[in-house]
Amino acid sequence: MTLLAAERLNKAFGGVVAAKDVSFALAEGEMLAIIGPNGAGKSTTFNMVGGQLAPDSGRVLLAGADITGQPPRAVCRLGVGRTFQVAQTFLSMTVLGNVQMALIAHHGRTREVVARAEALYRNQALALLDRVGMAAEAERPIGELAYGDVKRVELAIALAASPRLLLMDEPTAGMAPRERAGLMQLVANIARGQGIGVLFTEHDMDAVFAHADRILVLVRGEVIAEGPPEQVRANAEVQRVYLGQSGHRAALRARRAAHG
Amino acid sequence: MDLGFLLVQSLSGLASASSLFVIASGLTLVFGVTRIVNFAHGSFYMLGAYVAVTLVPWLFEFDRSPLLFFTGVIASALVVGGLGVLMELLLLRRLYKVPELFQLLATFGVVLMVQDAVLWIWGPVEISGPRAPGLRHGVEILGQRFPAYELLLIGVGPAVLGLLWLLMHRTRFGILIRAATRDREMVGALGVNQALLFTGTLFLGAFLAGLGGALQIPRVAVSSQMDLSIITEAFVVTVIGGMGSVPGAFLAAVLIGQLNAFGVLIFPKITLVLVFLLMAAVLVVKPWGLLGRPETAAGRAALPEGILATPRFGAWEKAIAGLAIAAMLAVPVLGDGYAVKVATEILIFALAAFSLNFLVGNGGIVSFGHAAYFGLGAYAAGLLVTKAGLPMEPALLAAPVAGAAFAALFGFFVVRLTGIYLAMLTLAFAQIAYAVCFQWVEVTGGDNGVVGVWPSDWARSRAVFHYLVAACCILGIWALRHVVYAPFGATLRAARDSEARANAIGIDARTHRWLAFTLAGGAAGLAGGLYAFSKGSIDPTLLAIPLSVDFLAMILLGGIQTVMGAVAGAAAFHAIKDFFMPLTDHWRFFLGASIIALVLVFPRGLGGAYGALRGRA
Repeated sequence: MTLLAAERLNKAFGGVVAAKDVSFALAEGEMLAIIGPNGAGKSTTFNMVGGQLAPDSGRVLLAGADITGQPPRAVCRLGVGRTFQVAQTFLSMTVLGNVQMALIAHHGRTREVVARAEALYRNQALALLDRVGMAAEAERPIGELAYGDVKRVELAIALAASPRLLLMDEPTAGMAPRERAGLMQLVANIARGQGIGVLFTEHDMDAVFAHADRILVLVRGEVIAEGPPEQVRANAEVQRVYLGQSGHRAALRARRAAHG
Repeated sequence: MDLGFLLVQSLSGLASASSLFVIASGLTLVFGVTRIVNFAHGSFYMLGAYVAVTLVPWLFEFDRSPLLFFTGVIASALVVGGLGVLMELLLLRRLYKVPELFQLLATFGVVLMVQDAVLWIWGPVEISGPRAPGLRHGVEILGQRFPAYELLLIGVGPAVLGLLWLLMHRTRFGILIRAATRDREMVGALGVNQALLFTGTLFLGAFLAGLGGALQIPRVAVSSQMDLSIITEAFVVTVIGGMGSVPGAFLAAVLIGQLNAFGVLIFPKITLVLVFLLMAAVLVVKPWGLLGRPETAAGRAALPEGILATPRFGAWEKAIAGLAIAAMLAVPVLGDGYAVKVATEILIFALAAFSLNFLVGNGGIVSFGHAAYFGLGAYAAGLLVTKAGLPMEPALLAAPVAGAAFAALFGFFVVRLTGIYLAMLTLAFAQIAYAVCFQWVEVTGGDNGVVGVWPSDWARSRAVFHYLVAACCILGIWALRHVVYAPFGATLRAARDSEARANAIGIDARTHRWLAFTLAGGAAGLAGGLYAFSKGSIDPTLLAIPLSVDFLAMILLGGIQTVMGAVAGAAAFHAIKDFFMPLTDHWRFFLGASIIALVLVFPRGLGGAYGALRGRA
């Protein structure tokens, strides 16, 4: 069943067209990667889905309901969790406190003044941390963790709202190569196990081709290819864009230099 | 009203706009480069005027010529520029790494010290300056006389704007100033000598303030109250124009000059309010001022300034809290009347400071105008007792309601902003409240306030009233502390730590901040109501900037990263002030020096020092 559908999204900043008639669909339990060179409109598309940007035209449908132009916090309440390119967590809190906070927000109890925050949803938070392999670090201040671990906690925070859809903006940016594979495997397991759809942008092609079910290639705001990894990999247009004219020339130059 | 009258009115508006611009341009330049909101800018302005009223008559002994007059004015500005360099070298240089709030507080310490220094050197009597030779006559404009000196002032603003433009676009120093205003870290990374750039900027800023002050001497009598009145106006100009933008400051100064000139004709009663209303309106529509830019966000995640951990009371903390409460309750039994008075005041200020730290430390909402809600609570209680003839009990209930109601009203606009703009808007609203209490003489008694705010008969003895205050304040602090630990308090910290993350988990940060602002306003209002009855009177100083700064000093002294620091800070600050005030006429000087020493020596406050001690043990 279609979980997320983007229909002909358009967005221009001044004269720069960042997204032009971008359409795609995402099913439950599916991982869809958006790739493309810098400035291709990945983040713009992503932010239009997440509610950070309102499209100039077009619609975003979540399980059939129109969520176009809704603010992020409303999008969250409709079942969309998200992680950021630079991890966003509550630095003054512990690892556990971060997840508890997300649970408090999910249950709509942020205005309560009687209960003690640290006593609420402890077990649920620990269970979420266990799922991302961070239960052992629960009591540490989140600022002390290695960046790869922070990203895992961020995933637990996003999962606290029992999302149907996860938006992950460059989930492995800034991580060590070994941590990357582990995180992406974790995301894939959770997504497939629970039928959560995952939309992610990524620069790391290993992560994309290893885990995405489908790939959407954006160039200058337009979708130039879409399909399963093998198909996208074989696409001549994609190869040209990714290797690029200048890349192609550099390769030629290097070969000539090597062969005298 | 004929055309000539309107024209002359408009011209006099332009003349004050011109002076205001000269001063504000210095403030905005210094902020742009150093990111320090320099309260002492008003002191530089005042010093410029004082130096000029001393220097110019001395020069006139040689020759009463326009040339010597303006030589004296420029020389005074240069002297003040030198003082700016001195301040940068001795103080600001040590402050660039310190949190914003501390910088501000330190510059306010300088304000206090300069005030006392001025009183000591020039005495408390206002000094009238000499008129400018050759410009003492009036000029006939459409049948109206207009002073020639004012006409000259109109030209000064655009001239300074033009010279600054040349400086900023044609010299290396100016280009560096613009670059640093845009991205200070990048300028540092490029290997620019930051120390020299900052010193140069402070010279320029202080020079402009001094020039603005020196040019005033033929127009106004020089007094030691010039500094705070001009600094709020200069803040308003820089904020409306956009912090760091010189053309913005010019635009804003012209707007305000005209608003004042014509506002006084249409609404003579609320001239002070008009300016701040304009500022509030501009900030709601353009949150970074007319020509300002959004502050560039730091690229890395940084620990927030404020409450970091919320540990429960351990055995030690319980013992200290118990001891403190026992001591407060024992004062009427063991101490004399004076001790009871001081203890009562400490309790009241502790509640007010705690409510401020609920905003600053817990919510990251840096309010510069918290005294407004304290004062409005006091006025609500005081006026109900004296004008409406109500007894103390309902009046004391009305105080927190009034504080919360005005906090809800002002907070609605305040929480739309962040950082320094938010702080400036809280200051503006506090000034509006102050202006209303000051100018609405029939109801509020104006400057003198209202006397006869006495407690009910049963609470009239100092001891009983002390217990009433203790009950209200200790319960108030306990309740607010509980909120800090509750989901609501945690949500405020979450929104402070990362707005993006808070949004992404479905938190409406703005609404929560607004509720917090309202709650803190209510607590401050209660403290204010109690204060009115403890003094038996109300007056506008209860909402004025110095009291807001006192509250800030209390929470910083106590340490904004700890939950209970504000209470210790209030006690320590009030005790220090109470100790110095009777000892010497120059208590302001010592208070200012203590504040600066506190910022330099104890940047984490008493609470931070205690935490370090406990951490080591």
